[in-house]
Amino acid sequence: MQNIQDLEKILNSELNTKIKSSLIKHNQIYLKIEEADLTEVILFLKTNSKTKFRQLIDITAVDFPENEIRFKLVYLLLSHEFNQRIIIEMDVKEKEIVGSITSIFPAANWMEREVFDMYGIDFKDHPDLRRILTDYGFEGHPLRKDFPLTGHNEVRYSHETKKVIYEPVKLEQNYRNFDYESPWEGTKYIKEQTKE
Amino acid sequence: MAKETKTLNLNFGPQHPAAHGVLRLILQLDGEIVEKADPHIGLLHRGTEKLIENKTYTQAVPYFDRLDYVAPMNQEHAFALAIEKILKIEVPIRAQYIRVMFCEIGRILSHILNVTTQAMDVGALTPTLWGFEEREILMGFYEKVSGSRLHANYFRAGGVHQDLPKGLDKEIGKFCERFPKIINDLELLLTDNRIFKQRNVDIGVVSKQDALDYSFSGVMLRGSGVPWDLRKSQPYDCYEQFEFKIPVGKNGDCYDRYLCRIEEMKESVNIINQCLANLPVGPIKTDDGKISPPPKKDIKQSMEALIHHFKLYTEGYRVDKDEIYTAVEAPKGEFGVYLISDGSSKPYKCKIRAPGFSHLQAMDYLIKGHMLADVPAVLGSMDIVFGEVDR
Repeated sequence: MQNIQDLEKILNSELNTKIKSSLIKHNQIYLKIEEADLTEVILFLKTNSKTKFRQLIDITAVDFPENEIRFKLVYLLLSHEFNQRIIIEMDVKEKEIVGSITSIFPAANWMEREVFDMYGIDFKDHPDLRRILTDYGFEGHPLRKDFPLTGHNEVRYSHETKKVIYEPVKLEQNYRNFDYESPWEGTKYIKEQTKE
Repeated sequence: MAKETKTLNLNFGPQHPAAHGVLRLILQLDGEIVEKADPHIGLLHRGTEKLIENKTYTQAVPYFDRLDYVAPMNQEHAFALAIEKILKIEVPIRAQYIRVMFCEIGRILSHILNVTTQAMDVGALTPTLWGFEEREILMGFYEKVSGSRLHANYFRAGGVHQDLPKGLDKEIGKFCERFPKIINDLELLLTDNRIFKQRNVDIGVVSKQDALDYSFSGVMLRGSGVPWDLRKSQPYDCYEQFEFKIPVGKNGDCYDRYLCRIEEMKESVNIINQCLANLPVGPIKTDDGKISPPPKKDIKQSMEALIHHFKLYTEGYRVDKDEIYTAVEAPKGEFGVYLISDGSSKPYKCKIRAPGFSHLQAMDYLIKGHMLADVPAVLGSMDIVFGEVDR
């Protein structure tokens, strides 16, 4: 097994202009890169004989609505040869189009579709960018933080029209999200009161 | 005179017994040859990841049971490990043994279901009947330890919920004595069975390189000859204390994957036996009152225990701001949890990496050029459970 510190050094020397920062935590390497360098970095990690990250584990995004650059796109890679994992992160603006890596890893196809479906991030040169997990004709991107937990529409079978119909969600009782923080540590309502 | 031919579009599922759940597969057929397969998934999508973001860490555990519902505890394990790594909790050794034991029971549960239903898909009914009898016993163990047969909700960050009830270890031991014979019976029915071999040998062949490129894991990867098992290569809990072998296939076809699963069941029995032989005594969860609830007895007498109990079941425990990916070797492959915590008692983001998702993605690649009747065989050998694919 290649030492993780050595691996980080190799990455930093070979890719030094493309890496914004690197960090070793929980026995994994965390890399931060620019969006423009994505395909190059991934291709390097996959093909270089010193890294051999030949398996793409997953692609996902994280939504930070309060940040100026809203999304963080995350790529998880695994190297069987060196028994190492790497987490590649990059910041992506809303409506920014990201390069697809389906030509490097065919497995990225559905993973990118899922990110598109859940977060609405577009991928350039993706062979078949459709929604994947949500319903046919679904609107919105469920994993964005501003998407309501209950969704917008609900489905039921209507006896009058003899077919399945979509209706806006009606709840007998609203979803209750209690604030459990102890008052002396500052619950939200206390914080708001003290601000005024 | 040349006959005009055209391709036929066939809708396979979503309501089809061989689709193993709610898969809608749109097949383009030229006669009986499949030219293209387009799986439509998401018919069982429940928004697990979104729900977990709105629940405390304790409340999130049951959602993991509902992913791969034939081996629930293996999923909980990945989530528990993620929290433990962030909070740097030491798990008592007895809890580790219990967790390993129940993960292996989960593996047997999942493999029995897969092997026997795959046999049913290609025409053999008896293995299902025999296998399900054993599953029922194993689910009985689940019930005895956690209170429910399927949705266990048993693993916690820092250990397990409760200790084994009295006598359960002996029962499991008895099962392990008996079960190798059942595997043998199943093998007698299937392994050398002419029809079973005709339907599985050289069907759905995956090369080593493609298995890597398509992010295969678990049996799908090992069936193609890649000796990779997270229990060995990146051991978690006390797996490094056990001796077991990793069965590896040669040809990467459906038949090799079946053989791998059969061998893995034998290895699982072996691990459970080692667990039972060396089961240490001691606590079954961490004694940190900020993370695991106090015993009922203490609540009656100690003010602090009462406060801890109240805080744990209302606010829940807090997890420091961090970001981590942990993976376990679930029966179907690498099951991972990518967790981002923000210091509050709810996860900020919890991405679930389901092995079946990447396996099903390769359906088009696997089935191209095969006959229509091979679709259930290939699907069966992929071990798809829609709970985890759709999440």
